Amino acid sequence: MKPPVFEYHAPRSVAETVALLADLEDAKVLAGGQSLIPLLNFRLARPAHLVDVNGVTELERVHERDSGVAVGAAVRQATAERHPVLRGRCPLVPLALRHVAHQVIRNRGTVCGSLAHADPASELCAVLLVLGGHVVARSRRGERTIEAHDLFRGTFETALEADELVTEAWFPEHGPDVSLVEESRRHGDFAMAGVVRAGDRLALFGVAPTPVLADPADPTRGLQPSADLECSADFKLHLVQVLSRRAATREGSA
Amino acid sequence: MILVNGTERAGPTSVRRLLSDYLRHDLGLTGTHVGCEHGVCGCCTVLLDGSPVRSCLMLAVQADGHQVTTIEGLAPEAAPLHPVQQAFHECHGLQCGFCTPGFVMSVTGFLADNPSPSDAEITEGIAGNLCRCTGYASIRRAVRRAAELLEDERA
Repeated sequence: MKPPVFEYHAPRSVAETVALLADLEDAKVLAGGQSLIPLLNFRLARPAHLVDVNGVTELERVHERDSGVAVGAAVRQATAERHPVLRGRCPLVPLALRHVAHQVIRNRGTVCGSLAHADPASELCAVLLVLGGHVVARSRRGERTIEAHDLFRGTFETALEADELVTEAWFPEHGPDVSLVEESRRHGDFAMAGVVRAGDRLALFGVAPTPVLADPADPTRGLQPSADLECSADFKLHLVQVLSRRAATREGSA
Repeated sequence: MILVNGTERAGPTSVRRLLSDYLRHDLGLTGTHVGCEHGVCGCCTVLLDGSPVRSCLMLAVQADGHQVTTIEGLAPEAAPLHPVQQAFHECHGLQCGFCTPGFVMSVTGFLADNPSPSDAEITEGIAGNLCRCTGYASIRRAVRRAAELLEDERA
């Protein structure tokens, strides 16, 4: 289990990064690497080039803008989890981060990396969706905003083009009436099903190829989850019912 | 250059080299164990600039210009042991020892961050490391003991 052959690039600026992404054939952005490196180790991903953004200091910023908080692409999950601005203005983000893998993984993993990876069971993708946030994508062609509802296209699939770099994720400011509940076989594992609530908006994760918004009055309507090794489709539907009830009555997370 | 346990070392010769393999094969620091190689077991945990990370989920080349501490760096001489090692010894926090370096490094980072954790926080703090023989009850005891020993050391 060793990574396949690739060429390694360590740009120092966003401009340099997007130039590399534009010029290189089959390049992949390496941020925290907590999903990408396992995929390389398993040889499930074999990019010709890795463009490592860990040295791009301008991506390490967390800042307030447009009544929300923007989190740069090199901001670690552990940093975001403790960040006073996120804790104060976007409490759902730190709350959700406590459920993302384990502390040691969060020391390295990034918020934007989770969004760009788009795992169906990702807490952060569901958080971006339920809050109505967006990511900012930069390429040599320019910059665009991709709303959460347009970003997630399928399992590990996003609307990002191959030459685009997510420079930041933006989460709108919200009140403390938020909750996240999920069920997994073992602590820290990918959830079999999860529900995240912000006020009266609900999003589900782990039950469809992408996170999905749900009607709090009828959260399983239209849902057709696939069974996986740990969980049948019926059990996922059952979990959505139970977790949605819990999410409605509980503040915080479990 | 990578500062490994306080000594400057030349970086890896190949960009494909995982940090775990660089430590073991290039530097001969075989105290860092390799279990699953995809970030699940926690055996390969080392400190990167003081924070615990999985060395199998990092390229060695990414450690360039950073400080890495491995289990060998905690107590360079045979005695005395580092307080976390001493606590694992006293509380039977290890049996076969395969997972131990990862636990000790995770716990060292965890207690540096949270010197007097609650029982729930201890459980959360060790949740990313798998042990298949000792059992987590003794390991949790070891973490509590390590917190005491570290506090004595600071006093």
